[in-house]
Amino acid sequence: MDFNGSDTIPGPRAEDQLPHTAQAAAKIVIVGGFGVGKTTMVGSVSEITPLTTEETMTQAGIGVDDNFGSASKTATTVAMDFGRISITEQLVLYLFGTPGQQRFWFLWNGLFEGALGAVVLVDTRRLEVSFDVMGRLEERGVPFVVAVNSFPDAPRYAIEELRAALDLTPDIPIMECDARRRASSRDVLMTLMRFLHSLAMTGSRA
Amino acid sequence: MTPPQRQRRDLAPETATPREGDGKPGNPERMYVVAGPDGERAELDLVTLIVARATDPPPSASPEQAALLRLCAAPLSVAELSAYLHLPFSAMGVLLTELLTAELVQARAPIVRKARSDRSLLEAVMNGLQRL
Ligand SMILES: Nc1nc2c(ncn2[C@@H]2O[C@H](COP(=O)(O)OP(=O)(O)OP(=O)(O)O)[C@@H](O)[C@H]2O)c(=O)[nH]1
Ligand SMILES: [Mg+2]
Repeated sequence: MDFNGSDTIPGPRAEDQLPHTAQAAAKIVIVGGFGVGKTTMVGSVSEITPLTTEETMTQAGIGVDDNFGSASKTATTVAMDFGRISITEQLVLYLFGTPGQQRFWFLWNGLFEGALGAVVLVDTRRLEVSFDVMGRLEERGVPFVVAVNSFPDAPRYAIEELRAALDLTPDIPIMECDARRRASSRDVLMTLMRFLHSLAMTGSRA
Repeated sequence: MTPPQRQRRDLAPETATPREGDGKPGNPERMYVVAGPDGERAELDLVTLIVARATDPPPSASPEQAALLRLCAAPLSVAELSAYLHLPFSAMGVLLTELLTAELVQARAPIVRKARSDRSLLEAVMNGLQRL
């Protein structure tokens, strides 16, 4: 990017600026496989038009000629979109729609470690693409809820059948949602917050 | 029709994929340690809020720095700065470390998940979501 013409770099619109009183921000991640509705969910609850942060990943080849110079490396750009909800004059919540492949996660420092919790979006047409992500969240101790997107041609299962298939303990909330609808996406976030709150009450972890 | 069944794995090795922020030699740029408020060291997070300390960038500021300073006249997260500047998160670490060192910007540390969640924080978030 040419920063010499930087007077013209579009920044937030006046109405998208945070107040000076904004003291701290927290984040939530929305994870799921390709095309499951991550961007849609971020967009439906965000107060700003979703933005994208990119990171380049150098594929140095795992265990292969790592030391033979940059010519053998290829760079992949990984994009993550995110939105924002102002909670109070002091507190801001960010939502990150994160690619499902675990190898991308470390690109953004602290993304999962620092997140309050996660929403795992699943598509019943491809349930198995979300298996890996749930395992990784469990390993890292990131509390999560599961939101099932109802695509029109998707098979429908009873929630308890899904719970058994996903091998989730009874305390982990599973719910249906329509990521295109703000109220539905908000309900998912509320469910996550209530779940986190209940964990805080019992002192236990997911 | 029954759904496919998830098999819990044994904790699979994560050899090929360094954990976040562990700063292995392959990813030296992972370590963004910046001076936080009161001089303690804090890692730069996607949701660290950045605010310019003065409205006008000093003449010594590079065009990149000046662009960033103009963007964060009001508080803005590192993620938003990265998006508006079209710079990868790793590049933000470098740029912001310079600006923090020069005391041209202030960083407001993020709220991160703790072993024991802060209930009043969660209650505030729930109230905020209710108003959406
Ligand atoms: N019926 C239905 N369609 C949805 C829902 N959520 C998303 N879609 C549609 O599914 C498509 C993919 O949604 P995206 O939000 O782009 O999915 P994504 O997870 O961000 O996709 P990638 O970033 O490409 O992995 C879009 O055409 C959406 O309109 C939902 O809850 N119900
Ligand atoms: Mg997307």
